[in-house]
Amino acid sequence: MYSPAIVAEAMVNGLMTGAAYALVALGLTLVYGVLHIVNFAHGALLTCAMFAVLGMEQGLGIGPYAAILPLGVLFFLLGYALQRYVIGPSSHGEDRNTLLVTLGISIVLENALLAAFRSDTRTLGGDMGFDVVELGPMLLSRPRLVGCAVALVVAALLWLLLARSDTGRAIRAVAKERFGAQVVGIDPRHIFAVTFGIGCACLAVAACLLLPTFYVNPRVGNAFVLVAFTIVVLGGMGSVVGALVGGLVIGVVESLGGLLLGESLGQLGIFLIFILVLLLRPTGLFGARA
Amino acid sequence: MKPRDLLPLLLLLGALALTPLFASNLLLNFLVSALIIALGAQGWNLLGGYGGQLSFGHAALFGTGAYATAILQVKFGLNAWLAFACGIALAALAGWIIGYLSFRARLRGSYFALVTLAFAEVLRILANAADFTGGAAGLLIKLQPGLANFQFASRAGYLWAVLACILVVGLMTLWIDRGRFGAQLVAVRENEDAARALGVDVLATKLRAITLSGAITGAAGCLYAQNFLYLDASIAYGTWISVELLIAAIVGGLGTVLGPVIGALALHGLGEVTKGLLGWLTGIDLVLFGIILIAAVAFVPSGLVGALRRLRMRGAAR
Repeated sequence: MYSPAIVAEAMVNGLMTGAAYALVALGLTLVYGVLHIVNFAHGALLTCAMFAVLGMEQGLGIGPYAAILPLGVLFFLLGYALQRYVIGPSSHGEDRNTLLVTLGISIVLENALLAAFRSDTRTLGGDMGFDVVELGPMLLSRPRLVGCAVALVVAALLWLLLARSDTGRAIRAVAKERFGAQVVGIDPRHIFAVTFGIGCACLAVAACLLLPTFYVNPRVGNAFVLVAFTIVVLGGMGSVVGALVGGLVIGVVESLGGLLLGESLGQLGIFLIFILVLLLRPTGLFGARA
Repeated sequence: MKPRDLLPLLLLLGALALTPLFASNLLLNFLVSALIIALGAQGWNLLGGYGGQLSFGHAALFGTGAYATAILQVKFGLNAWLAFACGIALAALAGWIIGYLSFRARLRGSYFALVTLAFAEVLRILANAADFTGGAAGLLIKLQPGLANFQFASRAGYLWAVLACILVVGLMTLWIDRGRFGAQLVAVRENEDAARALGVDVLATKLRAITLSGAITGAAGCLYAQNFLYLDASIAYGTWISVELLIAAIVGGLGTVLGPVIGALALHGLGEVTKGLLGWLTGIDLVLFGIILIAAVAFVPSGLVGALRRLRMRGAAR
């Protein structure tokens, strides 16, 4: 058996990875909650954000934490434009089409990155990723700890935005009753685009937090997006709390699974959870309806 | 089914069957790959086009067909034709199992797309890790040209084999299109609740569609294995297969008999041309495929077949 210290360390590491997963999943679940479609471009957009972080560092000398704000704004605008001018108009209001259009966007983005950067794996470089903090018997990675804290703050801010602000109220109104929202003067197309923009901004923040300890290549988003789907399904599509809890759970499962079963079978565990949850409880642990 | 309905299908396939008389080996190779995708897309079209159930993981069926044929020949020494038949049957079974699990759980729309994607990924990881699939090194089928081994010395043999399958599936699709089962499928696609209210057994209809779809796409996988004599998990169960089948069917025209064939040929042709022009940019052909998918959904929802039909009607009106 493994000593308790190793298992505890794996669990805490899993929790910290889970926080980054949760952030990726938050964007996904928000878009699902309002538009009622799964955004298949989410992974490719995350890859874009990670390349953007790399570009900021290597081109402009702006570190990943300093890049959170400018990239967050940039990706909000990008997401807004994408939904308003590409996804919205080309899907003619049919969910089926939206699904296909986001799939198309993901193919375009992923392969454009492949054409531009080849399939090489890159990292930020420097020794930032190896910084550790001692906590009792455990050695914890500092960038992951920072990432975890920022992810929780962002999740709290997002919750505040949804619960307290006028924009948040409009978003919730459109999510509940599209037509009714229109009647009281909310433009659903604008709200859809804002929601999509917020989802993309979450990705930009997640990318800034991930990159110090993670690598990037044109396909890296795929690994995350299936995990994010699992989290969203587990937490219940459209639920913010669900995404947060789901993210932490999946992070721990992956970390423990990797420790006990080896890396590739740990990943298998995630897919199996995903399929089981979909088949047995498609509303998730926190979701209200199918 | 009137004889006139058969005409476009027979003309197209007949013309393709004559290509070995003048075409180079390069062109034949291209046609065989494109038509294998066309056959797989015919399977996708039955479920996605007629039935409206968008699968993002048809690689699960393609790969099962391909692996079944290869493993039965390599590990058990089974005759290639028998292995082909078993491959189709196993892929149909895989389709039925995936369908039974997900349709029973009432998954549709985004959820169905997601769960099919996950099934394909699980199979890919398993095939990559297991021993009897050859693991990451893949499987090689021994080269033994001869009709008994379902291997041909010339590409023309493979071309005719794929065309024969496409013809059978095309006729079946036409028959479904004009028949009761097709009407039930379309009813389920357009409005599940209304279909149920009219007495359509929704679950049975969807299950029948995904099982047939599995058999057809599995056959494409078997032919892939026979043609290239090599398989690994990222080819057979790769995401790219799922995506290419789907794009071919959509670009050609959802819920039409000829759509998947025309779509696959057009898509593959465009891909080759782009690769020829901009080959140094890895992945540029796939960027184009993505743009085509978005453009098709946005501007030509009825696909190439629909666009052709409209052109002809305009011509007739003049």
